[in-house]
Amino acid sequence: MATYSTNEFKSGLKIILDGDPHTILENEFVKPGKGQAFNRVKVRNLKTNRVLDRTFKSGDTVEAADVIDTEMQYLYNDGEFWHFMMPDTFEQHAAPKAVVGDAARWLKEQDMCQITLYNGEPLAVSPPNFVELRIIQTDPGVRGDTAAGGTKPAKLETGAMVKVPLFIEEGEVLRIDTRTGEYVSRVKT
Amino acid sequence: MRADWRPTVSVGILQLRARMLSRVRAFFAARGVMEVETPALSQAATIDPNLASFTVPTAEGERYLHTSPEFPMKRLLAAGSGDIYQICKAFRADEMGRHHNPEFSLLEWYRVGYDHIALMDEVEALLDEVFADARALGSIARFTYREALMRYAGLDILTATAETCRACASAHGIEVRDELGLQQWLELLMSQVVMPACAEGFTFIYDYPPEQAALARIRPGNPPLAERFELLGYGLELANGFHELADVQEQRARFERELGIRRERDLPTVPVDERLLAALEHGLPDCSGVALGLDRLVMLAADVDDIAQAMAFSWCGA
Repeated sequence: MATYSTNEFKSGLKIILDGDPHTILENEFVKPGKGQAFNRVKVRNLKTNRVLDRTFKSGDTVEAADVIDTEMQYLYNDGEFWHFMMPDTFEQHAAPKAVVGDAARWLKEQDMCQITLYNGEPLAVSPPNFVELRIIQTDPGVRGDTAAGGTKPAKLETGAMVKVPLFIEEGEVLRIDTRTGEYVSRVKT
Repeated sequence: MRADWRPTVSVGILQLRARMLSRVRAFFAARGVMEVETPALSQAATIDPNLASFTVPTAEGERYLHTSPEFPMKRLLAAGSGDIYQICKAFRADEMGRHHNPEFSLLEWYRVGYDHIALMDEVEALLDEVFADARALGSIARFTYREALMRYAGLDILTATAETCRACASAHGIEVRDELGLQQWLELLMSQVVMPACAEGFTFIYDYPPEQAALARIRPGNPPLAERFELLGYGLELANGFHELADVQEQRARFERELGIRRERDLPTVPVDERLLAALEHGLPDCSGVALGLDRLVMLAADVDDIAQAMAFSWCGA
């Protein structure tokens, strides 16, 4: 079992607390001149995203969490699981809805995305920051109206709904920022 | 070209630091306190289980970088030096953070015939002098350890247990995974609840529980109290002073107890400073001494929040 000493604590380090993987957000070393030293850390639970504070006696060890971020290709969704593949080894991983979460709205088959593995199992899925997706349904475009500020809803091929400018037509491909869920630009196809 | 050759301090703060150092020296010169220097690399080390010494291999065996110049300065006092002060680097392994640098600067001084209260008065006078152009001091609040804990943590040390301490920490958002002893709990509450609450100006905390006497003498009474004080500046621990223990038997017993704690915690056992004990046996004059962290004092004067910004090069750039 790999462990880390509090001396090795730094932000980004992955540790096990109460049986769950956590990432360290902040670490502060506190010690009175004469007295016990402590590390006060802020951690985020990688399963629930809950942030909490914990205080450790300096010099103590905690179990390291086997958490790694990998790039994988999204293959398909079988209705229950989303399937991903490591591009170099062709090793496949299946992730349930609870793990894929909101990322599902942006996943297009063949696209690359980031999978966080915990003990070899998918723990979280992050879509690329920008994706290019085709509109499958929206109201007809309003010609010449490229300046006015109005927007209308559009449904993308993954099922996600985004707001687009009025001049955008069904069938066009859009560049979307997945962090905000907002339209960025049209993509020439 | 790498960029980390640069100092972590600004030229302005470096100048402030130099002015503060010259004021410290002028302060002691005016009061007839002699500046001394003692070895940083010694054959014996601190026994305090909460302090870790760096070791240095030499042709005559392992030596230790001092964590403070206390022991050799007491040997000077026993030899009749009279009032002395020292400005030096001290070294504490594993102490690294926003308020800690493993190599740091200490101002340590001893006054013959002073008790800890008289020395607190002198610390206050020194701050007045050194902070002359930094920030207004006002008078410094003074609380006993018991008063401070009661006032800021709502805990009475006379009835506190590990359980009530854990509840008190929890109420202040501090969740500790480990089981701690009562004294460790009190140290945590003191440094994480009481000290941050003293966020304005300077505060003295004095008369400590005897378990936290360190090298202070214990005044008999009910309860007995250690004649020790700490100075806080804007929530930061700045100085620690003692009415110095002069009783050699008691000193040896405390060393033995601390060596026991070191063995329990699987910490390195270090050689006891027999020369210090011999000096105490010869006779240490009744005196009080205090060690003050100069880098932290500069931090406060310059109003910066990271010790690296108060010293030329911090640990990472050394």
